[in-house]
Amino acid sequence: MENPIEISSEACVGCGQCIPACPFDAIDMPEATAQIDLTKCTLCGACVPTCAFDAISIEEKAAADPNELGQYQNIWVMVEQHGGTIEPVTYELLGEGRKLADQRGMKLCAVLAGHQVEALSQDLIAHGADMVYLADHPELESFRDEPYTKVLIRLIETHKPEVVLFAATAAGRSVGSRAAVKINTGLTADCTGLAIDPATGNLLQTRPAFGGNIMAVIECPAHRPQMASVRPNVMTPTEPDSARQGEVITIDLQPEDLASRTKRLAFVPEAGSTVNITEANILISGGRGIQKPDNFAMIQELAEVLQAGVAASRAAVDANWIAYSHQVGQTGKTVCPKLYIACGISGQIQHLAGMASAEVIVAINKDPDAPIFDIATYGIVGDVLEIVPALTTECKKLLKR
Amino acid sequence: MHIVVCIKQVPDTHDVKLDPVHNTLMREGVEAIVNPFDMYAIEEAIRLREKLGGTVTAITMGPPQAEAVLREAISMGVDNGILVSDVAFAGSDTWATSYTLAQAIRKLDTPPGIILFGKQAADGDTAQVGPGVAAQLDLPQITYVRKIEEISDSRIVAERLLETGYEVIESSMPCILSVVKEINEPRLPSLKGKMAARKAAITKWSAEDIKGEHGCMGLHGSPTKVVKVFTPPPRSGGEMLTGEPHEVAQMLVEKLKDTFIECAS
Ligand SMILES: Cc1cc2nc3c(=O)[nH]c(=O)nc-3n(C[C@H](O)[C@H](O)[C@H](O)COP(=O)(O)OP(=O)(O)OC[C@H]3O[C@@H](n4cnc5c(N)ncnc54)[C@H](O)[C@@H]3O)c2cc1C
Ligand SMILES: Nc1ncnc2c1ncn2[C@@H]1O[C@H](COP(=O)(O)O)[C@@H](O)[C@H]1O
Repeated sequence: MENPIEISSEACVGCGQCIPACPFDAIDMPEATAQIDLTKCTLCGACVPTCAFDAISIEEKAAADPNELGQYQNIWVMVEQHGGTIEPVTYELLGEGRKLADQRGMKLCAVLAGHQVEALSQDLIAHGADMVYLADHPELESFRDEPYTKVLIRLIETHKPEVVLFAATAAGRSVGSRAAVKINTGLTADCTGLAIDPATGNLLQTRPAFGGNIMAVIECPAHRPQMASVRPNVMTPTEPDSARQGEVITIDLQPEDLASRTKRLAFVPEAGSTVNITEANILISGGRGIQKPDNFAMIQELAEVLQAGVAASRAAVDANWIAYSHQVGQTGKTVCPKLYIACGISGQIQHLAGMASAEVIVAINKDPDAPIFDIATYGIVGDVLEIVPALTTECKKLLKR
Repeated sequence: MHIVVCIKQVPDTHDVKLDPVHNTLMREGVEAIVNPFDMYAIEEAIRLREKLGGTVTAITMGPPQAEAVLREAISMGVDNGILVSDVAFAGSDTWATSYTLAQAIRKLDTPPGIILFGKQAADGDTAQVGPGVAAQLDLPQITYVRKIEEISDSRIVAERLLETGYEVIESSMPCILSVVKEINEPRLPSLKGKMAARKAAITKWSAEDIKGEHGCMGLHGSPTKVVKVFTPPPRSGGEMLTGEPHEVAQMLVEKLKDTFIECAS
């Protein structure tokens, strides 16, 4: 075949059935037969089965050798810990990993890198791990791309896991993508759903693309391990069971695994707020509608009562009312809290791209036509400067603060 | 210093709409733009040249019309543009894209001192290509950079944004950086820049030019495969609460009582 996908002009009758099947609008019928615009086509194959005349052929990759793939066993989770504290997303990955491991009849293993972190092993086991691979060394004290990647690669090459899950965080995404290229396998970013294909045993990885406008299901059929990063807050952790037993395997680290061309000179925690907005259960988010920087104090107060994080629209960040690390949206962070309260935010598509998957959305806006109301679970038309303080008062009553 | 910046052409998300009948993406008539994050990478590349001297080369892998993003980069002040384009690249995932860009970088006459990327592309949102190229070229990487504190031919100190603050990282050079929006304010093209962009000769490289191996490019070089694409169930507007501020506040607390108690205790 000349091109990776072709429509045979002999077989095509010009019925047009394939045109609407293409999610990427890549098929057109300029003349009597359909044609594919290769610059738009992603080779997803959605059109192939819609053709009743078998006119569309897509180049198949060489099939994988099942014996080769069968050497890969077990589900792994890369633990995210900072300063000896395990990030909640790790428990979520263990909860999801447990389900996958049970379905595949395999073990769930946690990869724990750090310094003086052995004590965390039992906690990982309590949350579902059968095994912990422990890489403990002063050089691994804080997260660093090169040694963390090298340690992980050595482990993968030795023990051949079937699946490796990462948190879709700065650290998880950086290590995962470096490692995937080095070991020549696929990595699916920012998954919101994982499942096993009963027919093939492959991992089906669902992720949003185009700012959440479409969802794609991705597979890694011929390479192992299958690697995915998973968004914080979408998976459910299992109830910890301190009586669970598991094995801890301490890894012999080689000097070349620990070598690094980068060095961490300092860590500067975010001033003022300790809540990480990508992990927060509740977010109170302020936009241009709160009108001046001082009014963030009002947002902050409600956040404190609810032990929530403070987020913001880009308009509020660009006006220097709050630091960029709080920005939600296409050019900021993607968040997925249980509850998102949008205060004086219009709800432009770039903002929605970062928060539309929140479980419950509350919108407070004085403009009844603001687009945010189209996606809000509860909408309140009114002045944020009056409603937010009233809400704080009611929440204080409820929580007896 | 030879400063390289990798940029991608993406559809403007403002315009990405769904065909309500077929639930497919309508890209017809959608404006193609420079990936928003890459604007910060372009700006930072130009600032580095202004500080250190040298040249800035922008590279994009994409269809022939992706040439437009190179011209836009040149209008801002980038010196050269390279379009890496071939049907052999069709169906590339981040692995194959990283390989292809790395091959193009290897072909450059002057090896780069630094290679800049945007944090992520607005269509795929993966943030995988920067570290992927770093792995291909075996270079150190600093992702999510919000500020370059110091830079010389042999050393860089940069601030990397994490979820709970930022860290200050030192690296040897050459090095790969991916940048976030906070790093700068991209400039608008000057009149002179626009003229230069119109006249600029864009270098075009094919799969053969970059000595790409068949099994590493496009469909064949992509371990991942999209098996299905669907539109998420549309989120519809819910209930409107009306009344005086204290009344609506009470109503809302009543509705969300369980969430509040569960999350705040
Ligand atoms: C490439 C690109 C990337 C972008 N990335 C992002 C991103 O990551 N995140 C993001 O948020 N945006 C992003 N934007 C910007 C986005 O398009 C909007 O401009 C932005 O989200 C608007 O912020 P806002 O809702 O706070 O402000 P506005 O749109 O100005 O809305 C303010 C709202 O407050 C309401 N209001 C005013 N006063 C009151 C009051 N007293 N009480 C109640 N309501 C009141 C108004 O009715 C209005 O709806 C991006 C844009 C582009 C082009
Ligand atoms: N086809 C491409 N051509 C050039 N640069 C790219 C390409 N794809 C991705 N990049 C770069 O890699 C970054 C991350 O992209 P992604 O991993 O797709 O989210 C982008 O911001 C660009 O700097």
